Amino acid sequence: MRKWGLFLPEPSSLFNKLWDSHIVTSLPGGGALVAIDRVFLHERTGASALNSLAEAERAVTDPARVFAVTDHIVDTRPGRTDKTLMPGGQAFITETRAAAKVAGITLFDVNDPDQGIVHVISPELGIVLPGCTLVAPDSHTCTQGAFGALAWGIGSSEAEHAMATGTLRLSKPKSMRVRFSGQPTRGVTPKDMIMTLIARHGAAGGKGHAVEFAGEAVSALDMEGRMTLCNMATEFSAMSGFIAPDAKAFEYLEGRRYAPKGTDWDRAVESWKQLSSDTGAVFDTEIEIDASAITPMVSWGTSPENSIGINGVVPDDAGERSLEYMALDKGQKLAGTSIDAAFIGSCTNSRLSDLRRASALLKGKKIANHVKAICVPGSSRVKREAEAEGIDAIFREAGFEWRESGCSMCFYAGGESFAPGSRVISTTNRNFESRQGPGVKTHIASPETVVASALAGAIADVRELM
Amino acid sequence: MAEPFTTLTSLPMPLVRDNIDTDQIIPSREMKSTGKTGLADGLFAGWRYTEIDGREADPDFVLNDPYYTDSQIILGGTNFGCGSSREHAVWALAEYGFRAIIAPSFAPIFSGNCVRNGILPAVIDADAIAIIEKANSPITLDLSAQKISIDEGKSWAFPIDEEAKAMLIEGLDAIDLSLKMANDIATWQKADRAKRPWIYLGANQ
Repeated sequence: MRKWGLFLPEPSSLFNKLWDSHIVTSLPGGGALVAIDRVFLHERTGASALNSLAEAERAVTDPARVFAVTDHIVDTRPGRTDKTLMPGGQAFITETRAAAKVAGITLFDVNDPDQGIVHVISPELGIVLPGCTLVAPDSHTCTQGAFGALAWGIGSSEAEHAMATGTLRLSKPKSMRVRFSGQPTRGVTPKDMIMTLIARHGAAGGKGHAVEFAGEAVSALDMEGRMTLCNMATEFSAMSGFIAPDAKAFEYLEGRRYAPKGTDWDRAVESWKQLSSDTGAVFDTEIEIDASAITPMVSWGTSPENSIGINGVVPDDAGERSLEYMALDKGQKLAGTSIDAAFIGSCTNSRLSDLRRASALLKGKKIANHVKAICVPGSSRVKREAEAEGIDAIFREAGFEWRESGCSMCFYAGGESFAPGSRVISTTNRNFESRQGPGVKTHIASPETVVASALAGAIADVRELM
Repeated sequence: MAEPFTTLTSLPMPLVRDNIDTDQIIPSREMKSTGKTGLADGLFAGWRYTEIDGREADPDFVLNDPYYTDSQIILGGTNFGCGSSREHAVWALAEYGFRAIIAPSFAPIFSGNCVRNGILPAVIDADAIAIIEKANSPITLDLSAQKISIDEGKSWAFPIDEEAKAMLIEGLDAIDLSLKMANDIATWQKADRAKRPWIYLGANQ
């Protein structure tokens, strides 16, 4: 026992601080009733959860802390209405709208200027805050951990539980710290950092853990880059991913609509400054990655763990099933493989900084004739801001379609998709079979790599453009 | 409220592939209404039918093998249920008639969704799963004893947290249980509101 053990608090991790500050009470069996500060719904499951609650004659206890948005199914073609190409899609929108009204929650509707992908607009509006717990029935809710929040995806039943009780019943996950030391080299982005982690440690590498991202390469990222990094914690099977909030996080949030104001703001920032892992904090698992050795990444298979450096070859131990689906061979170089389409969008890579970097590479150039290319801004605000900078014109002149905001072709819901069996390079997060359309072969990569590939008409190394 | 789970004896259906994602369990295109039902037909649609959006059974897919018609247990691979948080994946499995999945690991959201819907997610290692797959005969899952056994006398223990176990065995509704703690929640929120008033938007806006 330490001599001063009674007086000095044990060093605590950021995760423990977030967890401990939300325990309402412990539960028999070692779990805890954990307070939930924010719930965010979308039209894919919003009506289902709200209607199910209403049928059970349960109320949303604090509607002011529950939000909803139309992003998953809403059409992204210009001039959109409630109609979608997805058979029956309109009902998801109209039923969520009706249920949100009855429940008294705030909905960012189809043509609301604040509409956008849930994990893009939540920070834009200051709904997610450092030190808060935020849940949404969407696996990429971990994106919002970039602000030092404990944010994670849940199912519909859990969403009902959170709305009805203001809590969730949880078992405490183990803690992990992933440190990215050094600085990435030219052409290497946060997307390449997170893909490297998953490629090295597997799609189940984070199972049972809440993951803190740290190290100088993480501190150096802007908030949008941090969101990209945290976004794919779910592809690592982690409960969530998060980053200690710093001045960049506070500056991003200050003045946002739902962020605290006046003396509350000052008080909040003082408390948020405590939200980092203390020196000596202990983690169940630690991983160290040298960011300076990372190269641009691209996936070859049907799990995000099937990813390699842009100049690598499909590994010898590649699964036959994946290879057959992707029409690739062991030992094959990915660079130079012809693509049919390119997609820039999704909660991973659709923010203003993503579009700025992509457009800087596209400016004055034309994509390959045979490539269908689409850019879908992450939010209506991102779209407006990009248009004010002339980014839309650069995309259009290069041969990209420029869309309204939404989840769009990150997944195929029966409406719009890429041509059956086509090969797509995409800034999204999942390369699952038929995720983006029937038989579509998805290669996930950074916006930079997608642009370089769209220009070349084949998977390409962006560094050759720089 | 889910049907209580105590013991289950059934022939397990082998689908031992790693990283089976919820897009494969129920493709987004098969989630056709805002309800929780009508999903069984879409279960594993991409693998089960010969064509996307078609309904002609692919005889090569195990779900279509008559030998496993009455299986209530799936033998899966690592990271089962990864990907989208859609609870429809579990609703589809339950509606089709599955009551348990055995895998070396589960994605966390999927595992929670299983418990909320009366499906047991049992974790045992890949070697044990290979033995069960090879035996290809009925197994018994005893949740109270946390034990999986096969006829040949072999058995394996599986872990499950106490709360999930109690929920499954008693078929409890989590919301009912938590609403009984409404006083604790109100007391906690009152104290928290003094510390973090900015969290409570209704009062501040």
